[in-house]
Amino acid sequence: MSPASIDTTRPGRLPRAAGAVLGYLWSGWGAIASLMLFCAVWEWGAQVYGSLILPGPLETVQRLAAMFAQGDARPELAISARRALTGLGLALGVGSLLGFVAGRSLTAAIISRPLATVLLGMPPIAWLVLAMLWFGMGDATPVFTVFVACLPVVFVGALQGARTLDGGLRDMARAYRLPWRMTLTDLYLPHMASYLFPSWVTALGASWKVVVMAELLTTSDGVGAALAVSRAQLDTPTSMGWILAVLGLLLAFEYLCLEPLKRTVERWRVS
Amino acid sequence: MLRIEGLTHRYGLTEVLSRVNLSLPAGQTLALVGPSGCGKSTLLHLVAGLLVPSEGRIDSQYRNAACMFQQARLMPWKNAIDNIALGLKARGMPASGRRARAAALARTLGLDDGDLPKFPQELSGGMQSRVALGRALAIEPDLLLLDEPFSALDVGLKLSLYRLLRAEIAARGTAVLMITHDLMEAVRLADRIVMMAPDPGRMVHEFPLERPQALRDDAWVYQTTGTLMQAAEVRLGFGLDEAPAAATPMAEAQAARAAGCAV
Repeated sequence: MSPASIDTTRPGRLPRAAGAVLGYLWSGWGAIASLMLFCAVWEWGAQVYGSLILPGPLETVQRLAAMFAQGDARPELAISARRALTGLGLALGVGSLLGFVAGRSLTAAIISRPLATVLLGMPPIAWLVLAMLWFGMGDATPVFTVFVACLPVVFVGALQGARTLDGGLRDMARAYRLPWRMTLTDLYLPHMASYLFPSWVTALGASWKVVVMAELLTTSDGVGAALAVSRAQLDTPTSMGWILAVLGLLLAFEYLCLEPLKRTVERWRVS
Repeated sequence: MLRIEGLTHRYGLTEVLSRVNLSLPAGQTLALVGPSGCGKSTLLHLVAGLLVPSEGRIDSQYRNAACMFQQARLMPWKNAIDNIALGLKARGMPASGRRARAAALARTLGLDDGDLPKFPQELSGGMQSRVALGRALAIEPDLLLLDEPFSALDVGLKLSLYRLLRAEIAARGTAVLMITHDLMEAVRLADRIVMMAPDPGRMVHEFPLERPQALRDDAWVYQTTGTLMQAAEVRLGFGLDEAPAAATPMAEAQAARAAGCAV
């Protein structure tokens, strides 16, 4: 600590942020070790059953690299990502907002809770059939199916978050006459974040599963459609390559976007 | 000036406050004393505008009221300085200005600079109370509503917070409405003590304390508290006597007057 600095008791904003980033990356070793263990089991399975049934991790990665090199993979992944993230984004926005509104009123919460359960229980494939009838074979069908599959998950998360806010804090906010925007940003959102983030992560996983399924059955482009083609050709390594690509994107999005965001918003909890 | 007339409040069918009349001029400290369940907290919530009275009226000319609650009620996701500055933010003060003001106030409240970036869960109970007091004083209130904010603190901490509070009240002429079940706290801080009794919550007696704050040393506080504890209304309110007829109100009143406490 230099005597010239004004405040020697705590580090500045920048070193602290850098420390947090490094610490976060370092914590990734645990995740990598866990994934490697999974790959070992996968490799063992591949050696038992052979390449036609289950291609090993190395073969799959090589095939995926070849698909990227030929320029097949990138556009299909971009199309699927666009559909998944559009549907997911809509579901996060609408679900969080509706859940918040419903959570503020006991009546609305009581009315909407069974509806959310019904929506949660409805299989995405049923929505897909309906969406094909309503929207045809275009982009709208997978986007809608993703939206409707993710919506109840996010809605219930936001509802729980808004319902569980401490009444004492709410009274305090009213006594200090917080304007409505500040009540939202300084009171409801920080509290709801602990409920919203887990539901967002669940919705993210669901969005990729649903978009691949929807594309497999309805569209002529995207990862799902490519999977349908490789399946028809009994090309297991290519199928595995697509699956690996989707899982990689999912992991990247969760651990490079959602998780750091969560840590930033909830740093009061960890410290 | 705060004027309460014929105030009655019910939760469902239960009447918790019955025909309460009260006035609080600027610069005065009024303590509402009574046992649990006598409607003190409800009265304070009504004055703070957190509840709507069933009957009667609350006429307040105070425009800038601040509250301190039984628990600190700090926002767990805001650090100490942003918690102190909460009321200033609500009034639209820019970030740098409100942080500077909150930091200056925090120092007078005995928080050091190392505590300011800490979140409430990293602070001790006493520090949390200081932050809550800071949050209340930061908006420079003309009316301060205190809902037993010091009841969970140890004696030394209580006394130091009383001093900070008294200094602020004296400097700014803030009116204070405090509720407490600690008679000694009321004797130490208040200009008037109003005794409340439960079932339904009502006012039973008022004791003015005319001794100036500067002259209230510990001996006087203990003596006056002891005298008040023997007054029939206080014994009745706290349920200290099985047979309330045993006390002789006139004799108690005489004793209280002799102790410098006009009844």
